[in-house]
Amino acid sequence: MVSIENLHKKFNKNSVLSGVNLNITEGGIVTILGPNGSGKTTLVKSILGMVIPNKGSISVLGENIKNNSGYRHKIDYLPQIANFPNNLKVKELIKMIKDLRGDTNEDRHLIELFTLEPFLDKKLGTLSGGTKQKVNLVLTFMFDSPLIIMDEPTTGLDPISLIRLKDLIQKEKAKGKTILITSHIMSFVEEVSDEIVFLLEGQIHFRGSISKLKNKTKQPDFEHAIASILTENYA
Amino acid sequence: MKNLWLFFIAILMAYPTYAQNIEICNTCAISTLKKAISTAKDFDTILIKKGTYKEYNIVVDKPLTIIGKNYPVIDGELKGEIITVTADNVTIDGLFIINVGTSYTEDYAAIRVKRSKNFVIQNLVLEKLFFGIYLEKSRDGKVLHNKIIGDAIEEYNSGNGIQLWYSHNIEIEHNFVQHVRDGIYLEFSDDCLIKNNVSTENLRYGLHFMFSNNDIYQDNTFEKNGAGVAVMFSKKIKMLDNIFKENWGTASYGMLLKEINDAEITGNTFEENTIGINIEGSNRIVYKNNNFINNGWAIKVRGACYTNSFIENNFLYNSFDISYNSKVNDNVFDKNYWTSYTGYDLDKDGIGDVPYRPVKLFSYIVNRTPETIILLRSLFIDIIDFSEKVSPVFTPDNLLDNNPLIKKATW
Amino acid sequence: MLKILKYSFFDLMRSRWSYVYFAFYLLLSIVLLFLNNDLSKAVITLMNVIIVLVPLIGTIFGVMYYYNSKEFTELLLAQPLKRSSIFLGQYLGVAISLSMSLILGLGIPFIFYGLFKSNAIWDFSLLLITGTFLTLIFTALAFNIALINENKIKGFGYAILLWLFLAIIYDGLFLMSLILFEDYPLDKLSLVGTMLNPIDLSRTLILLKLDISALLGYTGAVFKKFFGTGFGLTISFIMLTIWVILPVLLIVIKSKKKDF
Repeated sequence: MVSIENLHKKFNKNSVLSGVNLNITEGGIVTILGPNGSGKTTLVKSILGMVIPNKGSISVLGENIKNNSGYRHKIDYLPQIANFPNNLKVKELIKMIKDLRGDTNEDRHLIELFTLEPFLDKKLGTLSGGTKQKVNLVLTFMFDSPLIIMDEPTTGLDPISLIRLKDLIQKEKAKGKTILITSHIMSFVEEVSDEIVFLLEGQIHFRGSISKLKNKTKQPDFEHAIASILTENYA
Repeated sequence: MKNLWLFFIAILMAYPTYAQNIEICNTCAISTLKKAISTAKDFDTILIKKGTYKEYNIVVDKPLTIIGKNYPVIDGELKGEIITVTADNVTIDGLFIINVGTSYTEDYAAIRVKRSKNFVIQNLVLEKLFFGIYLEKSRDGKVLHNKIIGDAIEEYNSGNGIQLWYSHNIEIEHNFVQHVRDGIYLEFSDDCLIKNNVSTENLRYGLHFMFSNNDIYQDNTFEKNGAGVAVMFSKKIKMLDNIFKENWGTASYGMLLKEINDAEITGNTFEENTIGINIEGSNRIVYKNNNFINNGWAIKVRGACYTNSFIENNFLYNSFDISYNSKVNDNVFDKNYWTSYTGYDLDKDGIGDVPYRPVKLFSYIVNRTPETIILLRSLFIDIIDFSEKVSPVFTPDNLLDNNPLIKKATW
Repeated sequence: MLKILKYSFFDLMRSRWSYVYFAFYLLLSIVLLFLNNDLSKAVITLMNVIIVLVPLIGTIFGVMYYYNSKEFTELLLAQPLKRSSIFLGQYLGVAISLSMSLILGLGIPFIFYGLFKSNAIWDFSLLLITGTFLTLIFTALAFNIALINENKIKGFGYAILLWLFLAIIYDGLFLMSLILFEDYPLDKLSLVGTMLNPIDLSRTLILLKLDISALLGYTGAVFKKFFGTGFGLTISFIMLTIWVILPVLLIVIKSKKKDF
């Protein structure tokens, strides 16, 4: 599905990714974990082509992404911070994205799911962070793409919406889609992930299922397992 | 022998009447102008019928009237001067004269009037000429409705359209002169009237005065000449209602004034000339009611010009209105209309409340380094012009129009 | 690209800045016409104003739009769109809406004043063409500045500096070097110097129209050929086009290498 080979990225002199090799097979949910600044977002953005790697290659669904934009048709992306043009209305934004990517009817159902109807005629600049995130989710899930990438999907969501999001993720997984998530919320990660990728100092430190991680670190629960990786390295 | 007979018959036929007509044509008994003149008596009329007459050095030494019917061609075959008038009271009318000889030692003309009075030269068409109409030490004549079309290429081997030399009280009206060296040239000629002529595309000047006084030129058009009109070393010339247009080039101007005193320049239009009027050493001239439109420099003053006054002129869209090359000013500018004037008129009396300063600092810079002209209308130049305006350093600080008009002057 | 252009354009058409810009030109031409009572004179004054103001507004507006629409850009980047079409679309959206404000803002009052019956119409069209070129050029330069500088304040600073340099300082240096080297033949140098600055280039186009009589007073053969024939006009337009193409290409290149 996604294969990354020897990926390097520097911002100025600050090396963020240094030799990442990752191969994600089709189907299932992969979570990318790591402390702040470990390069999670950079990795995700590299896959999306928003960050241009210094070295290495990435291919998505067999297509090399360099100087390519068509492959993004097969990706639904949920950006980390929901920044939208402020003087656009919610309705117009949805319409615009549909105009750019192709028509779909999924949006109606999703709007209902996240109870966004009252906000459709409001300008994006006036919405709260949580509502913006819901709009963000609508925009992501309204297309039916084989790969879904979500950068901190739970930010600002209320408990009900969070449950709906989890349901939604499971449903998509059931369709056989590949889902790539970055998150800080351990409980969320533990609940949804089939496999985790742990990034540390720009490299993949661990890759495998949660139980494998627990075994490796000899810790009974997930949070402690993660903590032990970090203490091991920084102690 | 046969010719003699014909001659005899002609004389017999001519004899009985006083001031009779002599007709010449290619097949007539008298087939040349020379012969007709020698046959004619004083005050006779010679009628030239349509045809081509290959003659030159024709001397008109009697008071005769020579009239061409339907423009007969007198072809000088480039051999020299064609007609020379040496008698008084001669009229020459309606000829088509071509192929005047060119010489570096003698000024051959299509028609030369020499030491004569009361002549009329009219309705001629002159082509392929060296000099056109040359008046020499003559007076009280008229040169009317002639069309002179030269093909001058170089100044040194071409002549002038109408030239006056020591000739006084001549009227030159409704002539059309093109492609010669100087369209009309006056040297040592006083009391002449030059009116309603059109002088265009001449190599040097459309009209040229040298040492000629008390002349008037009026309602003429001078267009696309090498250097417009030059008035030099002359006194009391009146220049009225002429049009000076599109005289473009490095040393080109609508009008050049050099050592001119007490002239009157009124009602003229200077349009799209590189320099409207170029003034050198000229004093006590009144410039009134002239239009200066779209010239590079409306007026360029090159020093030694005193007590001139510029009153009620319109300066419209000139790149530079006035250019001075010294800091001294003794000339008066009053009640002119300047399109570049940016002042206001709060008391609504039609006169701007702030004086106008027509000389820009930039015109100095351009005088010094001509290439800088490319920076014309640059913001930087506007800024330095403005600072000069506020506190003049390089330009004469008394050079002001204290009463700039708010609306175009009309007369 | 056309879709992006459409959205940027309508986004701008809705923003109040376009109206401010439009209103400014409207006011400017009304005031000029009112004060001058004369169409040709108003056109000449406008030319002087336009070649300085349009670049300023173009740069400031371009930089401002880029920074303000960062979110929009990021949203678009995740969509299956080419980077070049995103940035060219946005650029054209800004440049076209600015040009439209210029053309309408100046055009409407002049049309009401009887432009079509006046012989100033050619000067006026030249003015609008030059204004549009300048908008295209300076918006593109502004986008480049914004693409290079993440920091807004820095970006604005450089934008104003760029304008200041090209509108004023450049001519000052130009004038000084001409006077300094006045003993040498300068006509080629002065023409080249003009070509290298789009503001000067537009100015020569206007000079060709208004000050041809003065320009022909200069002796240089190159100068004469340039100003005396259609040569100058052609070269100037070619150079202006190059001045548009180069920064636009640079936008494409820069945007391809940039991380978001």
